[in-house]
Amino acid sequence: MSYVIEGSTGAWEVVIGLEVHAQVVSQAKLFSGAATAFGAEPNTQVSFVDAAFPGMLPVINRECVAQAVRTGLGLGAHINLVSRFDRKNYFYADLPPGYQISQYQHPIVGAGVIEIELGDGSTKSIGVTRLHLEQDAGKSLHDQHPTKSYIDLNRAGVALMEIVSEPDLRSPEEAGAYLRKLRTILRYLGTCDGNMEEGSMRADVNVSVRRHGEPFRTRCEVKNVNSVRFVMQAIEVEARRQVEIWEAGGAVDQETRLFDAARGITRSMRSKEEAHDYRYFPDPDLLPLVLDEAWVATLKAALPELPDAKRRRFMDEYGLPFYDSAVLVAEQATADFYETIARGRDAKLAANWVMGDLFAALNRTGRTIETSPVSAAALGALLDLMADNTINGRIAKEVFEAMVDTGEAPGAIVERKGLRQVTDTAAIDEAVTAVLAANPEKLAEYRSGKEKLFGFFVGQVMKAMAGKGNPALVNAALKRQLG
Amino acid sequence: MSLDPATVRRIARLARIHLDEAEVPRLQDELNSILGWIEQLNELDVADIAPLTGPAQMALKMREDRVTDGGIRDAILANAPDRAGEFFVVPKVVE
Repeated sequence: MSYVIEGSTGAWEVVIGLEVHAQVVSQAKLFSGAATAFGAEPNTQVSFVDAAFPGMLPVINRECVAQAVRTGLGLGAHINLVSRFDRKNYFYADLPPGYQISQYQHPIVGAGVIEIELGDGSTKSIGVTRLHLEQDAGKSLHDQHPTKSYIDLNRAGVALMEIVSEPDLRSPEEAGAYLRKLRTILRYLGTCDGNMEEGSMRADVNVSVRRHGEPFRTRCEVKNVNSVRFVMQAIEVEARRQVEIWEAGGAVDQETRLFDAARGITRSMRSKEEAHDYRYFPDPDLLPLVLDEAWVATLKAALPELPDAKRRRFMDEYGLPFYDSAVLVAEQATADFYETIARGRDAKLAANWVMGDLFAALNRTGRTIETSPVSAAALGALLDLMADNTINGRIAKEVFEAMVDTGEAPGAIVERKGLRQVTDTAAIDEAVTAVLAANPEKLAEYRSGKEKLFGFFVGQVMKAMAGKGNPALVNAALKRQLG
Repeated sequence: MSLDPATVRRIARLARIHLDEAEVPRLQDELNSILGWIEQLNELDVADIAPLTGPAQMALKMREDRVTDGGIRDAILANAPDRAGEFFVVPKVVE
């Protein structure tokens, strides 16, 4: 089902491309030795290079280059062994040099691809045009003073990867799936922490609309959207705005816009006249960045298993459906947690427990997989207690809740609460006899053909046994006595 | 190539340089003569020569990823035209 916007004159297709700025995970900045850690006291992580003092020269950080290469390899992209840095010139108070060092004509990474997963279970390949390295700017605080802005340069000079997609996305859902998938890949690679709240990932969204089958129309760029939800909202409102303009007989102007989440609108940001006049030129302070092919190969050999490969392996090795595999590999920590449990056990049952009871418990307790109240080993031990018939599935749920609350081992909970499953056929027969004797009317109904009452009897017997009866044995005993 | 007065004014605005209208013709002449001088380079045939970023035939030197700088807030802020506590202060800039 393709996404369209219904205008007053018919349906419109939406065309979206994303430019994602992902903060590189590194100790020091791209061109200086100042620290990158989030949340430091203002202006304490600033070198003379970052503050653009006269005569200071940039020296590139090898790890930032490695991170860009790893990301390129993770996106199946072409690595350019020779790339170049350019100056992108503009004036803003949080950009002390008056230019950003970026890569314009010769980026470090060329074309790649990201496979996104959609709600209906289908997948779609989205082209990545390029990835380049550039510096972040500082931070302006506008709310500290009525007529002044305060500037903190801690972030100035931190390495960013700008990852540009092809205009292959056709709906807010696809854009959301792209961002989530890119975030997952970056987190697997360890090249960006993907923390959108702290601004580690920000997106510029290019949106245009067209009639089906038409060439592209004029696009607008919505700048600096900082959550998946806002990206999806911004696309929708911007596309609607453009549809209204075209349908009223107007023309969309190519311009940069801002998304106002509170009001649910986009608004024009810069005068069109001066937009995008960055006067790029090669940075005379920096030589070409030349990569050794053997070094790139070393980085490639050390890449972790990536989400798509892991998902395929989960489907093959554990026999999981596509959906379960995709959910489990979305975070590496979840995938590791799952595998610890699944190895040597019933893999589908393990998936059900992780995605069902465990995720619910994490939600309820506000924990993450990393801080889970139940460890993978403990959940595995619980599955073992079911597998060897120490407890049944229903009691397992009760034990699990106790594990969440107390952190105790499942075996200890079973012993302490006396939850061991009853497999003594004499005791089960006794319970069945008692239940049948206590329900003569239901028994008569059953015998006269109302066979679905079987479930009622199972329930009553289990209740009489405080849930501890072995379900298979209870069924067998009931069948025998009712028979 | 030659610059018209509108382009001169535009370059000045992009560079945040204030120009009096009377200055435009002089700057137009100066810029045009600089451009004319640079344009002599076009006489060279460079069809078979790879583009060059700099004169040194060497690649960029790289630095290890270690924190070796920062923690010098007072020195960083020492030349600030205006400051408030730990921040630089500038006239309000809001889009």
